[in-house]
Amino acid sequence: MSVLISTLSFPFLGACWRRRPAAAIVLAFMAIGLLTAPARATTIERVVSPGGIEAWLVRETSVPLVTVEFAFTGGSAQDPAGKAGTANLMASLLDEGAGDFDANAFQDRLDRKAVQLSFRAGRDYIRGTLRTLVENRDEAFDDLRLALTQPRFDTADVELNRAQILSGLRRELKSPTDLAALRWWETAFAGQPYGRPVGGTLESVPKITIDDLRAYQHRVLARDHLTIAIVGDIDADTAKAMLDRVFGALPAKAQLTPVAWAMPQGGGQRINVDLDVPQTVIDFGGPGIARNDPDFFAAYIVNDILGGGSFTSRLYHEVRQKRGLVYSIYDSLLWYNSTAVFIGSTATRADRADETVGLIEQEIHRLATDGPTADELAQAKAYLNSAFVLNLDTSAKVASLLVQLQLDHLGIDYMQKRQRMIEGVTLADARRVAKRLLGGGLLFTVVGRPAGLASAAPESGGAKPAAALPLPMGGAGELR
Amino acid sequence: MPNNVQTLARAPKMLPLVLALAAAAIGASRASAEPQVADFKLANGLEVVVLPDHRAPIVTHMIWYKVGAADETPGKSGLAHYLEHLMFKGTVKNPGNTFSQAVAAIGGEENAFTSSDYTGFFQRVPRDHLKEMMAFEADRMTNLVVTDAVARPELQVVLEELNMRVANNPGAQLDEQMDAALYLNHPYHRPVIGWRHEVEKLNYQDALDFYRRFYTPNNAIVVVAGDVTPDEVKADAEATYGKVAPRVQIGPRLRPTEPIQEAPRTVTLADPRVEQPYVNRYYLAPSSTTAKPGEAEALEVLANVLGDDSNSRLYKTLVLDKGIALNAGAVYSDTALDYGKFSVYAAPKPGVSLHTVEAGIDAVLADVIAHGITADELDRAKTGLIADAVYAQDNQETLARWYGAGLATGETVDQIRTWPDRVRAVTAAQVQAAARQWLDIRRSVTGYLVKSLKSEESRS
Repeated sequence: MSVLISTLSFPFLGACWRRRPAAAIVLAFMAIGLLTAPARATTIERVVSPGGIEAWLVRETSVPLVTVEFAFTGGSAQDPAGKAGTANLMASLLDEGAGDFDANAFQDRLDRKAVQLSFRAGRDYIRGTLRTLVENRDEAFDDLRLALTQPRFDTADVELNRAQILSGLRRELKSPTDLAALRWWETAFAGQPYGRPVGGTLESVPKITIDDLRAYQHRVLARDHLTIAIVGDIDADTAKAMLDRVFGALPAKAQLTPVAWAMPQGGGQRINVDLDVPQTVIDFGGPGIARNDPDFFAAYIVNDILGGGSFTSRLYHEVRQKRGLVYSIYDSLLWYNSTAVFIGSTATRADRADETVGLIEQEIHRLATDGPTADELAQAKAYLNSAFVLNLDTSAKVASLLVQLQLDHLGIDYMQKRQRMIEGVTLADARRVAKRLLGGGLLFTVVGRPAGLASAAPESGGAKPAAALPLPMGGAGELR
Repeated sequence: MPNNVQTLARAPKMLPLVLALAAAAIGASRASAEPQVADFKLANGLEVVVLPDHRAPIVTHMIWYKVGAADETPGKSGLAHYLEHLMFKGTVKNPGNTFSQAVAAIGGEENAFTSSDYTGFFQRVPRDHLKEMMAFEADRMTNLVVTDAVARPELQVVLEELNMRVANNPGAQLDEQMDAALYLNHPYHRPVIGWRHEVEKLNYQDALDFYRRFYTPNNAIVVVAGDVTPDEVKADAEATYGKVAPRVQIGPRLRPTEPIQEAPRTVTLADPRVEQPYVNRYYLAPSSTTAKPGEAEALEVLANVLGDDSNSRLYKTLVLDKGIALNAGAVYSDTALDYGKFSVYAAPKPGVSLHTVEAGIDAVLADVIAHGITADELDRAKTGLIADAVYAQDNQETLARWYGAGLATGETVDQIRTWPDRVRAVTAAQVQAAARQWLDIRRSVTGYLVKSLKSEESRS
């Protein structure tokens, strides 16, 4: 997948990408340039272990922490036929017991040293994050090695995680935001790997066996499709030793099934999903632009102007600020190993849903037809050029960025090139690419109840948001 | 902040509610002993806190007003939050969205949030633009211009936010009903976003009246975290905020207090879209500000032992040992001016009744009240809580929010900074005493989220 999945772990959710603020996508690669900041240039060092395992390292000693971020190519795109959700279930079990330690004992080890270890599946990757206090790093590295190389998949743990995942899936089917995304992907990629939910379905998840999990583990968790970043209070030699110790015992080669390139289908369609909720959720989108396409930055700029990261986009202005139709509206460019999309989302009351859909279409059509103005282009460039540093203030963000740079094959010197690439986008480029990106038909999924049929009472309620399990919100003071 | 959904005025993106939990959990652990902190007051009464972090050329600038939903006039619920939205409508000097355009032009992020006790605005920008941000914030502290023409559509935006957060979400509705039942007399019983029928009637004059009462330098705290020194922050603050005259005297924040609570309450919310029922209980508890010395820290340890993760007592007992729940845990919300809240919850496995998991929770609580926690549990909880404070140093925005929220709810910089030391000093006896005193069913509300009042999931 194109972006950091999230700083939070959503092991049970297929549709988690849409829940993440879109700004994170922007930052995920805009931040790159930071390393150019002259005075305090953070140095990225490429380290290769004696065993031949590569990682990118940023040494940062001012906070006594070490973060290791990594990704295995695989994800739900490698789920076996009829067993959607295998990658997700496997990832959820990697920290539930390993080696001689059952789930309890393993969690206890982590707790006693305050080691934070998490794994998650996306469409293209299995990702993981290890964070540790520097004083406990040796134990933490051992925990990670065990989790990756000797996960237990004990029956009781598999069944508990399966039950938790199924609970989450049942809730998604009553959640307008989740349903809108599920139907969008299912329609755009009918019959293809990206059309399957990452979390699987109520039909597929019960069919996944422990043998399936084991088989997936052996196929995907291998050294040749592994990408690693290390940030924190650790030097290159220690990092190299860690790489062999943690990852050296993995099989050399993954056995991946090729995933054919697929562009999203369904342009011009509007899929209505009936759900009795007071607020209608609208997802919209179409084919995006591949990360290695020469037009990528022009598309990125166009997307930013349409509905990107700031409070000044066209959709924000027209739909929210001027008319008060919605609270949230945005769209994002997403790129994957075998497809690229642009997709946006918003929500409005039932009797304004048609108007909102019409406005979105109109704004997208206007941008495709006339292109951005010179002012908009200049503003978007300024934004994209400056915003990069915002992603470099925590070691967790830097580590995610270093993994992403590698996954996208952008090169260790990318940060030096990035500003030039943005500046190189001309108004003619932006206009041409606006037409290319936005000129086709849009696929809409609209979840709610048409005006007139919706229950009058707001108490009719709806579905839970993205929490994997319905954690009550009591005491939660901060919606941030 | 004990009770409430805090709402972001301007999130252009959907934010997951799980974030709220994450924030509560992290918030529980609070600041580290180690970060350097400087704080000072300007002549006009504005408090300024500086948290230097020189790893990247970025600064997080926040202004916290000591006013929130609990300060609203009865009948005008949602007003503090509506004003927060209207604060983005411009001033004479910076009309319309000039401020937002300026933030975008430098690649910055901005947003705002409201709780029961405070209202905050922030920007994250390249370090060289700090003074410019301060000038914008100082300008809108007293020079806001709002007309009916911009305020009306914004009220619709707020109602859409309410639809998203509450109307589309039965769990959030249950939370609102539980808070309304927990606080018999204190205004924490109102949702921060407001009751719909009252929000619908808000207007811009109400908001401007509220603004003139509470938005003044002597009622605000500026927190700056990032690549700055206290000296430069002081100079910039004096050149910008320092020019704003206090426009109103601010008295003590006195709100109605809770009577002796005599009766446990229960609330059941039924909705056909509920696919996973759960039970959640709130106990009225002291906040960090109102607790006796050591008490809030003991409650923090108690929440950690009872329900922080899969090694906690509730999860182990209900999910792993008895196999009756899919999830269970506990949270202590300590950051509030007047009252904290201690929550315990469990989500049953399919086929298990809420009554059964609730009985399971009660047995765990009774055991900890009767026998306390073990030395090993105490050690492990402390390790985790103190480590969280170190992890927090990795994120300037997190640090800025802890200091801002703590100060806006009556704590001092020293109290916030020394929190890990106080956690270190907690004894098992204190934890047991806190459990005995505060896990008192008479001061509690138990909430049930069910599909139907007649279904077998329902308690009755």
